[in-house]
Amino acid sequence: MPNLSVQLGPLTLPTPVLVASGTFGYGPEYAELIDLNQLGGIVVKGIALHPTKGNPTPRTAEVASGLLNAIGLPNPGAEGFIQEYMPFLRQYTVPVIVNIWGKTVAEYVDVARRFDTVEGVHALELNVSCPNIKEGSAMFGTCMDSFRAVVAAVRAATALPLIVKLAPNVSDIKEFARAAEAEGADAISLINSVPAMAIDVETRKPKLANVTGGLTGPAIRPFAVKLVWEAAQAVTIPIIGIGGISKAEDALEFIIAGASAVAVGTASFTEPRTVLQVTDGIAEYLERHGLESVDSLRGSLNTGSDAAVDTDSETN
Amino acid sequence: MYCQTVQVADQSEFQGGYRLLTLDAPDIAPEVSPGQFVHVRIPHMEESVLRRPFSVYRTEGPQLQILYKGVGKGTRTMTYLRAGDELSLIGPLGNGFPAPQPGHFPVLVAGGYGMAALYLLARSAPQPGIAFFGGRSAPDILCVDEFESLGWEVRMTTQDGTRGRAGIVTDEIDDWWAVRSDSQPLEVYACGPNAMLEAVARRAMERDWQAWVSVDRNMGCGVGACLTCVLKVKQPDGEWAWKRSCKEGPVFDCRDILWEED
Repeated sequence: MPNLSVQLGPLTLPTPVLVASGTFGYGPEYAELIDLNQLGGIVVKGIALHPTKGNPTPRTAEVASGLLNAIGLPNPGAEGFIQEYMPFLRQYTVPVIVNIWGKTVAEYVDVARRFDTVEGVHALELNVSCPNIKEGSAMFGTCMDSFRAVVAAVRAATALPLIVKLAPNVSDIKEFARAAEAEGADAISLINSVPAMAIDVETRKPKLANVTGGLTGPAIRPFAVKLVWEAAQAVTIPIIGIGGISKAEDALEFIIAGASAVAVGTASFTEPRTVLQVTDGIAEYLERHGLESVDSLRGSLNTGSDAAVDTDSETN
Repeated sequence: MYCQTVQVADQSEFQGGYRLLTLDAPDIAPEVSPGQFVHVRIPHMEESVLRRPFSVYRTEGPQLQILYKGVGKGTRTMTYLRAGDELSLIGPLGNGFPAPQPGHFPVLVAGGYGMAALYLLARSAPQPGIAFFGGRSAPDILCVDEFESLGWEVRMTTQDGTRGRAGIVTDEIDDWWAVRSDSQPLEVYACGPNAMLEAVARRAMERDWQAWVSVDRNMGCGVGACLTCVLKVKQPDGEWAWKRSCKEGPVFDCRDILWEED
């Protein structure tokens, strides 16, 4: 049996497959359907210092092989989350990673600091890349000066392992990956959703009340794999690959491209057991290829001149 | 709540383009209470990332039935399902209708195929009451025999007058209410288009009826995680909060919904 545990800097995950922020609630939502202790980690939905209501409806729209969303990060606030959900999450051994966001650097720092002493929180994921918040968040992910400032400030404010979630809509992902590493991030995760929109042509109205949103799901996977591959060549800190993973083969692409771990997102909506199926599939793959650990597969992309293959399972 | 692969037992034409899908779901079916729904992963829709929610029309032992019409991409694909096909089902989901109380007179109000979501309630009610069914045209009035055979009085309204009274369902309710002599307090259960639910809710609030409505919102995960299907619900402090129609709903006390905002 291959060793499925992975190390993300100071954070040890029992398996390399997490559930992505915003797609798994705070844990209880799926606990009746799957054993949370079989997950590599739960990245909870984004938490700000104060409660936030989120965007008007409609908040999501299904598109070909994807989901467009502008939920707007509704959340019970740090105190609300700690009181309502941490007692539940502490019953499990699964690593809990709290995704945090704010509208100013000071808000990011305050919410990061609040979690520093909360029992059962294993790491923070810094959300600097939600495309659906009018102030703050997205700007931090795409403007280099703001990005550096918020990562550095949060790094100084927390002793917890810090994962920085990168925005995909930047001209050079390597620069942001390097900046995160330079400012003290323990790991990076990518990609967040891709800014996008859809229009109902009969009414000429946007399909989202927020007009624009973020695209997730299988449609963005090849884009995400490419960005993970680029980031992996730019940094030595571990990478969590995210974007359209719905089966083990998808996750393996990210790992071969250089990710140490992956997160399942939208696919949990389609099939709540996806995260477990992906985990089993990775174990089966490692065994079949005689590999002892995820790490021995990581970054093993063969780009030699004879490497490209014609078979493309996606077009079958 | 289960997430299971279940088998199609049967699929048949119902009437007027409506279809009846019967599933063998031995764990899920017995646990469905009136007003709850199931979340269906429709086979052969690999490019589709979302399941589709359906009210449970009837349950019988290990089987449950879904009454639907092939109008969208998902429901049109569902029409191809045949006995023996398998699909993934999550359910039972949501917060259904509270049980009708003895000493209260139950009233059902359905628009479109909203009556499908009310059958289990009608069957479990301690006494039969009256059911108001509204639709665009005669083929949209469904299940009349099924409700009548449970002892319910069914009053029908169609917009084009092809079956029952010409008009909308609330016209018939108003006339019935105007001449009603029985003093039993009402318990009203409604399922249908939002405008109909609001019209029922306004009457309930004016006339002091207890009324519950089953709302229909675009839905994502179905289990409370994605926060797609939210609607504004009044809070005790005078504020409002988003509530999930998949989790706190789909059934709400009509007084709790912030109608003017919708």
